[in-house]
Amino acid sequence: MILQTTIKPMTITGVKVAYYFICHTKLWLFSHNIQMERESEDVLMGKLIHESRYRRMKKDVVIDNVMSIDFVKKGDIIEVHDIKKSRKMEEAHRWQLIYYLYYLYQKGVKAIGVLNYPLLNKKEIVKPTDDDFKNIEQIMKDIFTIVSGKMSPPIKRRLCRRCSYVEFCFGGVETP
Amino acid sequence: MKTNYYLTKDGVLRRKENTVYFINKEEKRALPISKIYAIYAYGNLSFTSGVASYLSQKGVPIHFFNNYGFYEGSLYPRETLISGDVTIHQAEHHLDADKRLYLARRFIEGATQNILKNLKYYCSSNSSIEKYIGRIEKELPKIEGYTDIPQLMSVEGHIRDTYYSALDEIFPEEFRIGERVKRPPNNKTNTLISFGNSLMYSTVLTEIYNTQLNPTISYLHEPFVRRFSLSLDVAEIFKPIIVDRVIFKLVNKKMLDDSHFVGELGDMLLSDTGRKLFLQNYHDRLSTTIKHKGLGREVSYQRLIRLELYKLVKHVLGAQEYKPLVMWW
Repeated sequence: MILQTTIKPMTITGVKVAYYFICHTKLWLFSHNIQMERESEDVLMGKLIHESRYRRMKKDVVIDNVMSIDFVKKGDIIEVHDIKKSRKMEEAHRWQLIYYLYYLYQKGVKAIGVLNYPLLNKKEIVKPTDDDFKNIEQIMKDIFTIVSGKMSPPIKRRLCRRCSYVEFCFGGVETP
Repeated sequence: MKTNYYLTKDGVLRRKENTVYFINKEEKRALPISKIYAIYAYGNLSFTSGVASYLSQKGVPIHFFNNYGFYEGSLYPRETLISGDVTIHQAEHHLDADKRLYLARRFIEGATQNILKNLKYYCSSNSSIEKYIGRIEKELPKIEGYTDIPQLMSVEGHIRDTYYSALDEIFPEEFRIGERVKRPPNNKTNTLISFGNSLMYSTVLTEIYNTQLNPTISYLHEPFVRRFSLSLDVAEIFKPIIVDRVIFKLVNKKMLDDSHFVGELGDMLLSDTGRKLFLQNYHDRLSTTIKHKGLGREVSYQRLIRLELYKLVKHVLGAQEYKPLVMWW
Protein backbone atom coordinates (compact mmCIF):
# COMPACT_ATOMS: atom_id res chain seq x y z
CA MET A 1 0.00 0.00 0.00
CA ILE A 2 1.09 3.53 -0.66
CA LEU A 3 1.11 6.17 2.02
CA GLN A 4 -1.88 8.45 1.63
CA THR A 5 -0.11 11.55 2.75
CA THR A 6 2.40 13.41 0.64
CA ILE A 7 4.61 13.89 3.66
CA LYS A 8 7.28 11.32 4.22
CA PRO A 9 6.99 10.07 7.77
CA MET A 10 10.69 9.28 7.74
CA THR A 11 11.56 12.08 10.11
CA ILE A 12 8.50 11.89 12.31
CA THR A 13 8.97 9.68 15.32
CA GLY A 14 6.28 8.83 17.84
CA VAL A 15 7.82 11.18 20.38
CA LYS A 16 7.44 14.08 17.99
CA VAL A 17 3.74 13.35 17.60
CA ALA A 18 3.38 13.39 21.38
CA TYR A 19 5.39 16.61 21.64
CA TYR A 20 3.12 18.19 19.04
CA PHE A 21 0.36 17.93 21.62
CA ILE A 22 2.54 18.96 24.53
CA CYS A 23 4.47 21.97 23.23
CA HIS A 24 5.48 23.23 19.80
CA THR A 25 8.71 24.78 21.09
CA LYS A 26 9.71 21.42 22.51
CA LEU A 27 8.79 19.74 19.25
CA TRP A 28 10.93 22.17 17.29
CA LEU A 29 13.95 21.92 19.58
CA PHE A 30 13.78 18.14 19.83
CA SER A 31 13.48 17.83 16.07
CA HIS A 32 16.53 20.03 15.59
CA ASN A 33 18.52 17.74 17.85
CA ILE A 34 18.55 20.20 20.70
CA GLN A 35 17.75 17.62 23.28
CA MET A 36 17.49 18.17 26.99
CA GLU A 37 15.96 14.90 28.05
CA ARG A 38 19.30 13.47 29.18
CA GLU A 39 19.23 15.33 32.47
CA SER A 40 15.55 14.90 33.22
CA GLU A 41 14.65 12.84 36.28
CA ASP A 42 11.29 11.98 34.75
CA VAL A 43 12.92 10.66 31.61
CA LEU A 44 15.35 8.60 33.68
CA MET A 45 12.41 7.20 35.62
CA GLY A 46 10.64 6.36 32.39
CA LYS A 47 13.74 4.58 31.16
CA LEU A 48 13.92 2.50 34.34
CA ILE A 49 10.26 1.54 34.05
CA HIS A 50 10.83 0.65 30.44
CA GLU A 51 13.77 -1.58 31.30
CA SER A 52 12.36 -3.22 34.39
CA ARG A 53 8.80 -4.03 33.34
CA TYR A 54 7.37 -6.48 30.78
CA ARG A 55 10.66 -8.33 30.72
CA ARG A 56 9.20 -11.34 28.93
CA MET A 57 8.28 -9.22 25.97
CA LYS A 58 10.61 -8.58 23.10
CA LYS A 59 10.97 -4.86 23.44
CA ASP A 60 11.70 -1.96 21.11
CA VAL A 61 10.41 -3.24 17.85
CA VAL A 62 11.88 -0.97 15.23
CA ILE A 63 9.85 -0.42 12.09
CA ASP A 64 11.46 1.02 8.96
CA ASN A 65 13.96 2.91 11.07
CA VAL A 66 11.21 5.43 11.79
CA MET A 67 9.59 4.30 14.96
CA SER A 68 10.41 2.10 17.86
CA ILE A 69 7.41 0.42 19.43
CA ASP A 70 7.81 -0.58 23.08
CA PHE A 71 6.43 -4.06 22.44
CA VAL A 72 3.94 -5.89 20.27
CA LYS A 73 1.53 -8.71 21.17
CA LYS A 74 0.38 -11.01 18.43
CA GLY A 75 -2.95 -12.78 18.81
CA ASP A 76 -6.23 -12.68 16.96
CA ILE A 77 -5.51 -9.04 16.67
CA ILE A 78 -2.15 -7.36 16.82
CA GLU A 79 -1.63 -5.11 19.82
CA VAL A 80 0.86 -2.27 19.77
CA HIS A 81 1.95 -1.47 23.32
CA ASP A 82 3.47 1.64 24.76
CA ILE A 83 4.65 1.94 28.35
CA LYS A 84 3.99 5.21 30.15
CA LYS A 85 4.77 6.53 33.58
CA SER A 86 1.66 8.58 34.23
CA ARG A 87 -1.60 9.56 32.61
CA LYS A 88 -0.84 13.23 32.71
CA MET A 89 -0.17 13.45 28.99
CA GLU A 90 -2.71 10.82 28.04
CA GLU A 91 -4.08 12.68 25.04
CA ALA A 92 -0.59 13.18 23.60
CA HIS A 93 0.29 9.55 24.21
CA ARG A 94 -2.94 8.38 22.60
CA TRP A 95 -2.01 10.26 19.45
CA GLN A 96 1.47 8.81 19.53
CA LEU A 97 -0.12 5.36 19.33
CA ILE A 98 -2.61 6.44 16.68
CA TYR A 99 0.37 7.51 14.62
CA TYR A 100 1.98 4.06 14.95
CA LEU A 101 -1.30 2.40 14.06
CA TYR A 102 -1.80 4.68 11.09
CA TYR A 103 1.68 3.91 9.83
CA LEU A 104 1.11 0.19 10.19
CA TYR A 105 -2.29 0.50 8.52
CA GLN A 106 -0.59 2.06 5.50
CA LYS A 107 1.57 -1.02 5.33
CA GLY A 108 -1.49 -3.24 5.45
CA VAL A 109 -1.28 -4.21 9.11
CA LYS A 110 -4.41 -3.75 11.17
CA ALA A 111 -3.73 -3.32 14.86
CA ILE A 112 -5.01 -1.75 18.03
CA GLY A 113 -3.03 0.14 20.61
CA VAL A 114 -2.59 -0.29 24.33
CA LEU A 115 -1.22 2.32 26.70
CA ASN A 116 0.29 0.61 29.74
CA TYR A 117 0.68 2.36 33.06
CA PRO A 118 2.53 -0.22 35.17
CA LEU A 119 2.84 2.15 38.12
CA LEU A 120 -0.91 2.65 38.19
CA ASN A 121 -1.86 -0.93 37.26
CA LYS A 122 -3.93 0.49 34.45
CA LYS A 123 -4.30 -0.04 30.74
CA GLU A 124 -5.98 2.03 28.10
CA ILE A 125 -7.06 0.61 24.77
CA VAL A 126 -6.63 2.83 21.73
CA LYS A 127 -8.85 2.04 18.76
CA PRO A 128 -8.49 4.73 16.14
CA THR A 129 -11.47 5.81 14.09
CA ASP A 130 -11.44 6.94 10.47
CA ASP A 131 -11.57 10.47 11.76
CA ASP A 132 -8.48 9.85 13.88
CA PHE A 133 -6.60 8.66 10.81
CA LYS A 134 -7.72 11.71 8.89
CA ASN A 135 -6.58 13.92 11.74
CA ILE A 136 -3.22 12.25 12.05
CA GLU A 137 -2.50 13.06 8.41
CA GLN A 138 -3.16 16.70 9.15
CA ILE A 139 -1.04 16.49 12.30
CA MET A 140 1.88 15.09 10.31
CA LYS A 141 1.59 18.01 7.93
CA ASP A 142 1.49 20.41 10.86
CA ILE A 143 4.54 18.83 12.43
CA PHE A 144 6.40 19.18 9.18
CA THR A 145 5.47 22.86 8.96
CA ILE A 146 6.43 23.60 12.54
CA VAL A 147 9.75 21.81 12.34
CA SER A 148 10.80 23.39 9.05
CA GLY A 149 9.90 26.88 10.24
CA LYS A 150 11.49 29.09 12.85
CA MET A 151 11.57 28.02 16.47
CA SER A 152 8.21 28.77 18.07
CA PRO A 153 8.76 31.19 20.95
CA PRO A 154 8.21 29.55 24.31
CA ILE A 155 5.05 30.33 26.21
CA LYS A 156 5.05 29.69 29.92
CA ARG A 157 2.41 27.27 31.09
CA ARG A 158 1.87 25.06 34.09
CA LEU A 159 3.48 22.06 32.48
CA CYS A 160 6.73 23.94 31.89
CA ARG A 161 7.61 23.32 35.50
CA ARG A 162 8.30 19.63 34.96
CA CYS A 163 9.74 20.03 31.48
CA SER A 164 13.44 19.40 30.87
CA TYR A 165 13.49 22.39 28.52
CA VAL A 166 12.37 24.91 31.13
CA GLU A 167 15.88 26.25 31.71
CA PHE A 168 16.44 26.57 28.01
CA CYS A 169 13.19 28.42 27.46
CA PHE A 170 13.11 30.66 30.52
CA GLY A 171 16.66 30.74 31.85
CA GLY A 172 17.43 34.12 30.32
CA VAL A 173 14.73 36.45 31.49
CA GLU A 174 16.42 37.66 34.64
CA THR A 175 16.00 41.37 35.13
CA PRO A 176 19.21 43.39 35.05
CA MET B 1 23.37 15.45 42.34
CA LYS B 2 26.59 15.20 40.37
CA THR B 3 29.58 17.06 41.69
CA ASN B 4 33.07 18.10 40.65
CA TYR B 5 36.02 16.08 41.90
CA TYR B 6 39.30 17.86 42.50
CA LEU B 7 42.34 15.58 42.66
CA THR B 8 45.27 17.48 44.10
CA LYS B 9 47.52 14.53 44.89
CA ASP B 10 49.50 12.27 42.60
CA GLY B 11 47.86 8.95 41.97
CA VAL B 12 46.33 6.42 39.64
CA LEU B 13 42.78 6.15 38.37
CA ARG B 14 41.72 2.58 37.88
CA ARG B 15 38.50 1.00 36.81
CA LYS B 16 37.43 -2.09 38.65
CA GLU B 17 34.12 -3.52 37.53
CA ASN B 18 32.05 -0.39 37.13
CA THR B 19 33.70 1.75 39.75
CA VAL B 20 36.52 4.19 39.32
CA TYR B 21 39.13 4.25 42.09
CA PHE B 22 41.68 6.88 42.88
CA ILE B 23 44.69 5.11 44.32
CA ASN B 24 47.94 6.34 45.83
CA LYS B 25 50.23 5.36 48.69
CA GLU B 26 47.93 6.76 51.35
CA GLU B 27 44.49 5.94 50.13
CA LYS B 28 42.17 4.08 47.83
CA ARG B 29 39.10 6.13 47.21
CA ALA B 30 36.08 5.15 45.14
CA LEU B 31 34.62 7.78 42.85
CA PRO B 32 30.98 6.83 42.25
CA ILE B 33 30.51 7.18 38.51
CA SER B 34 26.99 8.51 38.69
CA LYS B 35 28.17 11.29 40.99
CA ILE B 36 31.04 12.65 38.88
CA TYR B 37 30.28 15.76 36.90
CA ALA B 38 33.88 16.62 36.00
CA ILE B 39 37.36 15.82 37.32
CA TYR B 40 39.99 18.50 37.87
CA ALA B 41 43.44 16.90 38.08
CA TYR B 42 46.22 18.90 39.72
CA GLY B 43 48.59 16.12 40.67
CA ASN B 44 50.30 13.67 38.37
CA LEU B 45 47.47 11.47 37.33
CA SER B 46 47.95 8.15 35.60
CA PHE B 47 45.00 6.23 34.35
CA THR B 48 44.21 3.12 32.43
CA SER B 49 42.47 3.05 29.08
CA GLY B 50 39.60 1.36 30.88
CA VAL B 51 39.05 4.48 32.94
CA ALA B 52 39.44 6.75 29.95
CA SER B 53 36.83 4.93 27.93
CA TYR B 54 34.49 4.51 30.88
CA LEU B 55 34.55 8.21 31.77
CA SER B 56 34.12 9.14 28.13
CA GLN B 57 31.20 6.82 27.82
CA LYS B 58 29.60 8.44 30.86
CA GLY B 59 30.33 11.92 29.51
CA VAL B 60 32.75 12.93 32.26
CA PRO B 61 35.56 15.29 31.21
CA ILE B 62 38.92 15.36 33.01
CA HIS B 63 40.79 18.67 33.04
CA PHE B 64 44.54 18.65 33.58
CA PHE B 65 46.56 21.41 35.19
CA ASN B 66 50.30 21.77 35.64
CA ASN B 67 52.26 22.75 38.72
CA TYR B 68 51.40 26.39 38.29
CA GLY B 69 47.72 25.57 38.06
CA PHE B 70 47.80 26.37 34.36
CA TYR B 71 45.39 24.53 32.17
CA GLU B 72 47.14 21.82 30.18
CA GLY B 73 44.32 20.03 28.41
CA SER B 74 41.22 17.96 28.80
CA LEU B 75 40.07 14.48 28.15
CA TYR B 76 37.00 15.68 26.35
CA PRO B 77 34.50 12.87 25.93
CA ARG B 78 32.98 12.03 22.60
CA GLU B 79 30.29 14.56 21.74
CA THR B 80 26.85 13.09 22.16
CA LEU B 81 24.81 16.24 21.94
CA ILE B 82 25.20 17.25 18.35
CA SER B 83 22.87 19.50 16.45
CA GLY B 84 23.97 20.32 12.92
CA ASP B 85 21.58 23.21 13.05
CA VAL B 86 23.24 24.80 16.06
CA THR B 87 26.75 24.29 14.66
CA ILE B 88 25.86 25.87 11.33
CA HIS B 89 24.26 28.88 12.96
CA GLN B 90 27.10 29.19 15.42
CA ALA B 91 29.52 29.35 12.49
CA GLU B 92 27.28 31.80 10.64
CA HIS B 93 27.53 34.17 13.59
CA HIS B 94 31.28 33.91 13.43
CA LEU B 95 31.66 34.40 9.69
CA ASP B 96 29.32 37.37 9.43
CA ALA B 97 31.41 40.29 10.71
CA ASP B 98 28.46 42.19 12.19
CA LYS B 99 27.06 39.19 13.94
CA ARG B 100 30.45 38.28 15.34
CA LEU B 101 30.96 41.85 16.58
CA TYR B 102 27.60 41.83 18.29
CA LEU B 103 28.51 38.81 20.37
CA ALA B 104 32.10 39.92 21.02
CA ARG B 105 30.74 43.22 22.35
CA ARG B 106 28.22 41.46 24.57
CA PHE B 107 30.94 39.37 26.19
CA ILE B 108 33.02 42.44 26.98
CA GLU B 109 29.96 44.32 28.10
CA GLY B 110 28.97 41.52 30.46
CA ALA B 111 32.48 41.22 31.85
CA THR B 112 32.67 44.98 32.39
CA GLN B 113 29.28 45.29 34.03
CA ASN B 114 30.22 42.52 36.44
CA ILE B 115 33.55 44.20 37.14
CA LEU B 116 31.65 47.40 37.93
CA LYS B 117 29.34 45.48 40.26
CA ASN B 118 32.39 44.21 42.12
CA LEU B 119 33.86 47.70 42.42
CA LYS B 120 30.58 49.29 43.48
CA TYR B 121 30.31 46.70 46.17
CA TYR B 122 33.57 48.06 47.56
CA CYS B 123 32.78 51.69 46.88
CA SER B 124 30.57 52.02 49.94
CA SER B 125 33.47 51.29 52.24
CA ASN B 126 36.22 52.95 50.24
CA SER B 127 35.47 56.12 48.32
CA SER B 128 38.83 56.14 46.54
CA ILE B 129 37.33 53.51 44.23
CA GLU B 130 34.90 55.98 42.72
CA LYS B 131 37.33 57.47 40.26
CA TYR B 132 38.14 54.04 38.84
CA ILE B 133 34.46 53.31 38.41
CA GLY B 134 34.14 56.57 36.51
CA ARG B 135 37.05 55.65 34.26
CA ILE B 136 35.64 52.25 33.44
CA GLU B 137 32.21 53.70 32.77
CA LYS B 138 33.85 56.02 30.28
CA GLU B 139 35.41 53.10 28.45
CA LEU B 140 32.09 51.29 28.09
CA PRO B 141 30.66 53.29 25.16
CA LYS B 142 33.85 52.60 23.20
CA ILE B 143 32.77 48.99 22.97
CA GLU B 144 29.97 50.06 20.65
CA GLY B 145 32.25 52.37 18.68
CA TYR B 146 35.05 50.01 17.76
CA THR B 147 34.42 47.77 14.82
CA ASP B 148 37.25 45.35 14.88
CA ILE B 149 38.09 42.64 17.30
CA PRO B 150 41.67 43.65 18.22
CA GLN B 151 40.42 47.13 19.17
CA LEU B 152 37.72 45.59 21.30
CA MET B 153 40.30 43.41 22.97
CA SER B 154 42.37 46.47 23.78
CA VAL B 155 39.38 48.19 25.41
CA GLU B 156 38.92 45.10 27.47
CA GLY B 157 42.58 45.19 28.44
CA HIS B 158 42.24 48.82 29.51
CA ILE B 159 39.21 48.07 31.62
CA ARG B 160 40.94 45.21 33.29
CA ASP B 161 44.06 47.28 34.06
CA THR B 162 41.88 49.96 35.64
CA TYR B 163 40.04 47.32 37.61
CA TYR B 164 43.27 45.89 38.99
CA SER B 165 44.52 49.36 39.91
CA ALA B 166 41.31 49.89 41.83
CA LEU B 167 41.78 46.63 43.67
CA ASP B 168 45.29 47.69 44.62
CA GLU B 169 43.71 50.54 46.57
CA ILE B 170 41.81 48.07 48.70
CA PHE B 171 44.15 45.12 48.99
CA PRO B 172 46.77 45.02 51.72
CA GLU B 173 50.23 45.70 50.42
CA GLU B 174 51.41 42.14 50.05
CA PHE B 175 48.45 41.41 47.77
CA ARG B 176 48.86 44.35 45.38
CA ILE B 177 48.76 43.24 41.78
CA GLY B 178 50.81 46.03 40.28
CA GLU B 179 51.00 44.79 36.77
CA ARG B 180 49.20 41.70 35.55
CA VAL B 181 51.91 39.13 34.84
CA LYS B 182 50.91 35.69 33.68
CA ARG B 183 53.57 33.23 32.73
CA PRO B 184 54.69 32.69 35.38
CA PRO B 185 52.74 34.95 37.73
CA ASN B 186 55.11 37.13 39.72
CA ASN B 187 53.26 37.84 42.93
CA LYS B 188 50.55 36.46 45.17
CA THR B 189 47.48 37.96 43.59
CA ASN B 190 48.69 37.34 40.05
CA THR B 191 49.14 33.73 41.08
CA LEU B 192 45.60 33.58 42.42
CA ILE B 193 44.16 35.20 39.31
CA SER B 194 45.98 32.82 36.97
CA PHE B 195 44.97 29.82 39.00
CA GLY B 196 41.35 30.91 39.16
CA ASN B 197 41.07 31.83 35.51
CA SER B 198 42.36 28.43 34.39
CA LEU B 199 39.81 26.81 36.61
CA MET B 200 37.03 29.01 35.28
CA TYR B 201 37.99 28.15 31.73
CA SER B 202 37.59 24.42 32.39
CA THR B 203 34.37 24.87 34.30
CA VAL B 204 32.86 26.69 31.34
CA LEU B 205 34.22 24.01 29.01
CA THR B 206 32.46 21.34 31.04
CA GLU B 207 29.19 23.22 30.65
CA ILE B 208 29.74 23.65 26.90
CA TYR B 209 30.23 19.90 26.65
CA ASN B 210 26.75 19.51 28.08
CA THR B 211 25.17 21.64 25.38
CA GLN B 212 24.97 21.42 21.61
CA LEU B 213 27.45 24.28 21.20
CA ASN B 214 30.76 23.68 19.48
CA PRO B 215 33.57 24.77 21.81
CA THR B 216 35.93 25.83 19.01
CA ILE B 217 33.67 28.43 17.39
CA SER B 218 34.15 31.65 19.30
CA TYR B 219 33.52 35.35 18.81
CA LEU B 220 35.70 37.54 20.97
CA HIS B 221 38.72 35.27 20.95
CA GLU B 222 40.02 33.85 17.70
CA PRO B 223 38.82 30.31 17.23
CA PHE B 224 40.90 27.24 16.55
CA VAL B 225 43.99 28.64 18.22
CA ARG B 226 45.23 26.10 20.71
CA ARG B 227 42.14 26.11 22.81
CA PHE B 228 38.43 25.63 22.96
CA SER B 229 38.05 29.35 22.56
CA LEU B 230 34.30 29.64 23.11
CA SER B 231 35.14 28.75 26.67
CA LEU B 232 37.43 31.80 26.87
CA ASP B 233 34.64 34.03 25.58
CA VAL B 234 32.05 32.93 28.10
CA ALA B 235 34.56 32.76 30.95
CA GLU B 236 35.04 36.55 30.64
CA ILE B 237 31.56 37.10 32.02
CA PHE B 238 32.04 34.73 34.93
CA LYS B 239 35.55 35.61 36.06
CA PRO B 240 34.41 38.68 38.05
CA ILE B 241 31.40 36.80 39.43
CA ILE B 242 33.20 33.67 40.52
CA VAL B 243 37.01 33.84 40.44
CA ASP B 244 37.46 37.44 41.59
CA ARG B 245 34.98 37.04 44.40
CA VAL B 246 36.82 33.98 45.65
CA ILE B 247 40.05 35.97 45.66
CA PHE B 248 38.39 38.89 47.49
CA LYS B 249 37.15 36.52 50.13
CA LEU B 250 40.50 34.83 50.62
CA VAL B 251 42.35 38.14 50.82
CA ASN B 252 39.87 40.18 52.84
CA LYS B 253 39.19 37.50 55.40
CA LYS B 254 42.94 37.06 55.75
CA MET B 255 42.63 33.39 54.97
CA LEU B 256 45.97 33.29 53.16
CA ASP B 257 49.41 33.23 54.69
CA ASP B 258 52.90 32.40 53.46
CA SER B 259 52.27 28.68 53.76
CA HIS B 260 49.81 28.92 50.89
CA PHE B 261 52.46 30.02 48.42
CA VAL B 262 55.75 28.61 47.30
CA GLY B 263 58.50 30.24 45.30
CA GLU B 264 59.57 33.81 45.55
CA LEU B 265 58.49 37.11 44.10
CA GLY B 266 58.91 36.81 40.37
CA ASP B 267 58.04 33.15 40.26
CA MET B 268 55.25 32.30 42.60
CA LEU B 269 52.80 29.47 42.78
CA LEU B 270 50.24 28.06 45.14
CA SER B 271 51.41 25.41 47.55
CA ASP B 272 49.50 22.22 48.16
CA THR B 273 47.48 23.74 50.98
CA GLY B 274 47.00 26.92 48.97
CA ARG B 275 45.55 24.98 46.07
CA LYS B 276 43.23 23.07 48.35
CA LEU B 277 42.01 26.23 50.02
CA PHE B 278 41.37 27.89 46.69
CA LEU B 279 39.63 24.85 45.20
CA GLN B 280 37.42 24.48 48.27
CA ASN B 281 36.31 28.09 48.10
CA TYR B 282 35.88 27.99 44.35
CA HIS B 283 33.73 24.91 44.67
CA ASP B 284 31.65 26.55 47.41
CA ARG B 285 31.19 29.57 45.22
CA LEU B 286 30.03 27.43 42.28
CA SER B 287 27.52 25.68 44.51
CA THR B 288 26.14 28.87 46.02
CA THR B 289 22.60 29.45 44.88
CA ILE B 290 20.62 32.55 44.15
CA LYS B 291 16.98 33.08 43.32
CA HIS B 292 16.46 33.21 39.57
CA LYS B 293 13.56 35.40 38.56
CA GLY B 294 12.89 33.83 35.20
CA LEU B 295 12.77 30.33 36.63
CA GLY B 296 11.34 31.28 40.00
CA ARG B 297 13.71 29.05 41.93
CA GLU B 298 17.21 28.82 43.35
CA VAL B 299 19.97 28.29 40.78
CA SER B 300 23.65 27.64 41.48
CA TYR B 301 26.38 29.81 40.01
CA GLN B 302 27.58 26.81 38.07
CA ARG B 303 24.13 26.41 36.58
CA LEU B 304 24.12 30.06 35.56
CA ILE B 305 26.95 29.22 33.16
CA ARG B 306 24.75 26.63 31.52
CA LEU B 307 21.86 29.07 31.29
CA GLU B 308 24.21 31.54 29.65
CA LEU B 309 25.07 28.95 27.01
CA TYR B 310 21.40 28.23 26.40
CA LYS B 311 20.95 31.95 25.79
CA LEU B 312 23.71 31.75 23.19
CA VAL B 313 22.01 28.83 21.47
CA LYS B 314 18.79 30.79 21.33
CA HIS B 315 20.65 33.78 19.95
CA VAL B 316 22.33 31.93 17.10
CA LEU B 317 19.05 30.23 16.25
CA GLY B 318 17.42 33.63 15.99
CA ALA B 319 14.96 32.90 18.78
CA GLN B 320 16.05 35.52 21.28
CA GLU B 321 18.73 38.18 21.24
CA TYR B 322 21.62 37.49 23.58
CA LYS B 323 22.15 39.80 26.55
CA PRO B 324 25.00 38.91 28.89
CA LEU B 325 24.42 37.96 32.49
CA VAL B 326 24.96 40.88 34.82
CA MET B 327 24.81 40.18 38.53
CA TRP B 328 21.39 41.34 39.66
CA TRP B 329 22.02 40.57 43.29
